Amino acid sequence: MIVRKHERVMIQGITGKQGTFWTERMQEYGTNIVGGIVPKKGGQTHLGVPVFNTAQDAMKGVEFDVAGLFVPPLYAKAGALDAIEAGVKKLVILTEHIPVQDVMEIVAAAKDAGTQIIGPNTTGIATPGECFVGFMPAFNPNIMRPGTVGVISRSGSLGTLICLNITQAGLGQSAFIGIGGDPVIGTTTREALECLDRDENTKGVFILGEIGGTMEEHAAEYAATMKKPVVSFIAGGASPKGKKMGHAGAIVMGNKGTYESKVKALKKAGVRMIDTPSDAGKAMLDALKG
Amino acid sequence: MNFEEYAAKPVLAAAGIAVPPSRVVLTPEDAAKAAEAIGKVVVKAQVPTGKRGKAGGIKLANTPEEAYEAAKAILGMTIGEHTVEKLLVEAQAPIDRELYAAVLNDSETRGPSVLFSTLGGMDVEEAAEQDPNQVRRRPVDIRTGLDKAAASEMLDGLDLGNHADAVADMLVKLYAAYRKNDAELLEINPLVITKDGAVIALDCKFTMDDSGLVRQPDLAPNGTPDKLTALEEKGKSLGLKYIELDGDVGVLANGAGLTMTTMDVVKHHGGEPANFMEIGGEAYTKGKPALELVLSNPKVKSLVINFCGAFARCDVMAEGIIAAWEELRPTLPVFFSVHGTGDEEARTMLKDRLDITPYPTMDQACQAAVEAAKGGAR
Repeated sequence: MIVRKHERVMIQGITGKQGTFWTERMQEYGTNIVGGIVPKKGGQTHLGVPVFNTAQDAMKGVEFDVAGLFVPPLYAKAGALDAIEAGVKKLVILTEHIPVQDVMEIVAAAKDAGTQIIGPNTTGIATPGECFVGFMPAFNPNIMRPGTVGVISRSGSLGTLICLNITQAGLGQSAFIGIGGDPVIGTTTREALECLDRDENTKGVFILGEIGGTMEEHAAEYAATMKKPVVSFIAGGASPKGKKMGHAGAIVMGNKGTYESKVKALKKAGVRMIDTPSDAGKAMLDALKG
Repeated sequence: MNFEEYAAKPVLAAAGIAVPPSRVVLTPEDAAKAAEAIGKVVVKAQVPTGKRGKAGGIKLANTPEEAYEAAKAILGMTIGEHTVEKLLVEAQAPIDRELYAAVLNDSETRGPSVLFSTLGGMDVEEAAEQDPNQVRRRPVDIRTGLDKAAASEMLDGLDLGNHADAVADMLVKLYAAYRKNDAELLEINPLVITKDGAVIALDCKFTMDDSGLVRQPDLAPNGTPDKLTALEEKGKSLGLKYIELDGDVGVLANGAGLTMTTMDVVKHHGGEPANFMEIGGEAYTKGKPALELVLSNPKVKSLVINFCGAFARCDVMAEGIIAAWEELRPTLPVFFSVHGTGDEEARTMLKDRLDITPYPTMDQACQAAVEAAKGGAR
């Protein structure tokens, strides 16, 4: 789930407004964009790269490792399944509001094919100093700089603020993994944590969690086995039960998915919990000192 | 989106699952007429919440006169926070056994799960505590679905008498209805076996995935939207994500995660947020209507505005806020924190046009807003 400069990236929905705007930003920053996929627009050139009708056509034209998907919710499933069938290794699904049962189909197909799904409803993945796929402002040096902290986030806006705080503390990021704010997602907090634990550029990890679901509890089980320090903040402690606060996945149902349960599990695993995001940089510095 | 019983049961019926004959009525007169046509009935309050029975919202009526009285008693009753305005008048079923069945989106397995229990009438967590041997949970591969063999296998070891086959059939239909209708949860509790051996759904809970609503145009209008306050209605009509809360510190931020966290930090410093107001995503240029809305809540005593620009630029968001501020001229204290893309431009604009200096961290801005709401510092 970490994207590298040498990886060849295909953008699904490259000719749309969002697709165009962000592909330009990615190209400027150094992401190796090799083409785009837009049904019925195959054969055109957009932003200096060839456009294909399908991922399978694209794979025959120019090989690619990663796809970034910027297509509307009800077309996302077809686009994702096309990319998976074409054999893409990583698929970053930026789209919000994809029906959950469609996401389940995508995740099931990806598992069989060995494709790593990141998202949906994510801000993307970024490796400062190398490249990014999605909407992460990796190009703003006040927010992200090359460094040693791996950041896992369910939120874009708050993920940005945490990165900024880490950067202001004189640290930087080895990788940002935006796992997304939906109830069903392709990469869980635990899977992202395991990946950053294996990554040699990462010396410590920041987990930015949210109320809802049990992903942080599962990640805590793995964190307990890690040598690298982990710092975490859980958003949504002040949100009333049973109300959706923006993210479809951020909802407490009955006694499941509570702030208290997540904080308890992470603390027990030896993770340093912070009460406000402003402490992120300092807590990470302290944690890295040991 | 939740569907009340009267709107959920047709979904089961369309899938071939038996439900008792019924009518939706709004008056005691019509309840009596329905009972005349149906026979012995149950009069059930239709509200988007559970525990209707305990609240007195479900009554048996053996005659049209009893149905009239039952309806009169239940209509206007408050259950949870809902006033009863609608009733389902339904044929009584001769219950022999009560069971439980559901299909739901399982975020643990990242696929559908089918739940079944022979302990109907209670929720499945309760049943699992009472006797885990009576509860089954089967994850389903969404690409292949649930067939009869899988449904039967799932029921293995449960004593269902000679009804195991009929129950397995019902599960296959329930799964099909879940898939067809973009359900997040489709639950029958209780599912009953009647004295004459029929398998019938006596109640139904149906929640549709909000992201699926757009492709369910026939069904979506039958759902019950969340009850909104007047301000929330206004927010919705303006395309803003506004949720009214009980506190007095107004919150305005960009992005769901940051807004939620701004509320957390207000609470952390001893305050209570008055609202959730997110202007991220497509709404990042809507600073003006957003500010007007937050300020129109009379409970708000101070305001914290927290921006972290990424794609949404701080200066664009600040422009909307400043324009609204200059027009509205509010007197209550406001505390800013701006970071990320466009933050320097935003700081200059705020200084030049409102003579306001943003706080260095969101913590300081939130803390100041909390103190101001309590009547401390200006």
